[in-house]
Amino acid sequence: MLLRHTPKEIKERSALVINPAKTCQPIGAMYAALGIHGCMPHSHGSQGCCAYHRSTLTRHYKEPVPGTTSSFTEGASVFGGQANLLQAIDNIFTVYEPEVVAVHTTCLSETIGDDLPQIRDKAFKEGKVPAGKEIIYASTPSYVGSHITGFSNMVKGMVSCLCEATGKKNGKVNVLPGWVEPSDMTEIKRIAAMIGVDITMFPDTSGVLNGPLTGKHRTFAEGGTKIADIRKAGDAIGTLALGEWASADGARTLDSQCKVPCRILDLPIGLSATDRFVDALRIVGGTSVPAELELERGQLVDVISDMHQYFYGKKVALVGDPDQLISLTEFLVNLDMQPVYVVTGTPGKRFERRIKELTADAGFEVKVKAAGDMFLLHQWIKNGPVDLIIGNTYCKYIARDEDIPLVRHGFPILDRVGHQYFPTTGYTGAIRLLEKMLDAFLDRKDRDTPEKHFELVY
Amino acid sequence: MRKVAIYGKGGIGKSTTTQNTVAGLVEMGRKVMVVGCDPKADSTRLLLGGLAQKSVLDTLREEGEDVDLEDIRKVGFGGTYCVESGGPEPGVGCAGRGIITSINMLESLGAYEESVGLDYAFYDVLGDVVCGGFAMPIRDGKAEEIYIVCSGEMMAMYAANNICKGIMKYAQSGSVRLGGLICNSRNVDNEKEMIQELAKKIGTQMIYFVPRDNDVQRAEINRKTVIEWNGAVPQADHYRNLAKAIDENEMFVVPKPLQIEDLEQLLLDYGLLSAA
Repeated sequence: MLLRHTPKEIKERSALVINPAKTCQPIGAMYAALGIHGCMPHSHGSQGCCAYHRSTLTRHYKEPVPGTTSSFTEGASVFGGQANLLQAIDNIFTVYEPEVVAVHTTCLSETIGDDLPQIRDKAFKEGKVPAGKEIIYASTPSYVGSHITGFSNMVKGMVSCLCEATGKKNGKVNVLPGWVEPSDMTEIKRIAAMIGVDITMFPDTSGVLNGPLTGKHRTFAEGGTKIADIRKAGDAIGTLALGEWASADGARTLDSQCKVPCRILDLPIGLSATDRFVDALRIVGGTSVPAELELERGQLVDVISDMHQYFYGKKVALVGDPDQLISLTEFLVNLDMQPVYVVTGTPGKRFERRIKELTADAGFEVKVKAAGDMFLLHQWIKNGPVDLIIGNTYCKYIARDEDIPLVRHGFPILDRVGHQYFPTTGYTGAIRLLEKMLDAFLDRKDRDTPEKHFELVY
Repeated sequence: MRKVAIYGKGGIGKSTTTQNTVAGLVEMGRKVMVVGCDPKADSTRLLLGGLAQKSVLDTLREEGEDVDLEDIRKVGFGGTYCVESGGPEPGVGCAGRGIITSINMLESLGAYEESVGLDYAFYDVLGDVVCGGFAMPIRDGKAEEIYIVCSGEMMAMYAANNICKGIMKYAQSGSVRLGGLICNSRNVDNEKEMIQELAKKIGTQMIYFVPRDNDVQRAEINRKTVIEWNGAVPQADHYRNLAKAIDENEMFVVPKPLQIEDLEQLLLDYGLLSAA
């Protein structure tokens, strides 16, 4: 019982967070930055921040993650980090030759009050940035928001530093995918291609954090959105932003900066949310939904109806990031399941309202908490057990103590593979989610059923 | 919209001068927002009639991150918008970070949007540009013109010179410029001439000489700006003139701070020598 000290009785806590359901802003900024081709994420702070953020991404993706740091010492915290950053920019372009350096701040540099736009400008003026190369930046203090906020801030940084409007529209559609796995990014591109919409997606970590083993090390992977394409995003006819928390800020900035109208959608996870995404693509592209995509949808609906009895009424505890949880909650309600507990570590009261709306007519009571933690979720479970937990690897402590099946979804997944390669977005992604949940339910049933009721066929 | 920051040595009268000048601008029909960037949160007392305003950081502390503009922005004399950044209690925390947080929050809540129709945003910043947080108002895209309040006293001039160093740093890459020195008189000998000379050496102007008058204190005790308290007294006209001078000012420079020896020489030439 690794969490044996978690009491059943829930007491009001005003400040203490136990086992947070979130992590630092810079991890998100770093992940977003890796979705640009030839991009070096740079951590403007002490070495420890950078080491932790890189290693968490590496543990999740089982891939090397490039990253540089301003290496703050006590001197930098007294005198400011400008000298360190200028030196770093000089070194990075000399040694690693990236196309772009994506600088994100840390708690320390934010508290010092380092002014990134001013330092960036100085680096350009002093000729430390080779011609055609770029520096983008985002402010990412971890005492505000979560890793999702950091991702969103870096996407916004891409827009504000790179996107330009020439005044002539190029007919393309921007898609901001939100914080999803590289496999999901591939899936989103595949769906758009099937519908026949010419999209620019950024960031795009497919081919970056799920690359092949070739025997050769290279600092920058094949994949990622090219800077030139992000620049041209200012000439697109519209933007579809997936996920209010991770993508909306970037899309709205692009709207006000380059007059590219945007629409904010939920992440295309599950049947209804994917339907809305497909519909939005169809409308913006002026095309129709092809038969092969209808086939995939039909297959999803078939699995749902074939196995509905095993989903019906199942109680689920969900923990993760807001955009994912909103779509997952809707999907589970569609399946007649009961997502009774929903917890995110990312703050925002709108999240609680949205989850309550989605479950309003579903006939069960939902407990939802933004800026919550795993400890609270565990206490809720102790007071009213569930049939399944869906969340990241840290949920395995609760799953083990309470003997509840766990389906891993979200960030980080440190102890399994698959998320890099197999999407949970789109119709086929939804089938994969169904498969994972069914495996969990039916394995449990096979384990626990008395011999005389042991079934061969489900 | 013109974005103005007022700096100067502690106790020199930044808040008093700012609020009285803002009252003058309001009389001229300008729409103004005053953002107090001082943990003491006393930058808008005269405009609000002494109302104890809840600061941005207090609101954040008590109500969490879902804050509305109305929670932190109050309407004062002549329709001025008043915001106090606030900060930690003395001796703890990081006031500089507090200012960064407040200004970012005002931006994200849309306090500077064109639809608000502001002619001026004034930042009243405590003391010196001591760290990155207190430089927040002069970063790119925030305040674009700086006025330094000073007097003929050595330390006030020393602080003014120091603030110029901060402005110079940010002016290299941003749009921030020095608009002038405001002399808030302490009745020092040759004060006007000395500040004019200091301004000239720094490369700017003394935009106005505000004489010392106890009516300022009388108005303060009544929690009012001089113009609101008694618009007929001579001091009210001085503030009107200062407001007009700022409104019509077109001289914006990157300052050239003096070496300390030059500053001391200036004092010798104007102050001590003639006194002796």
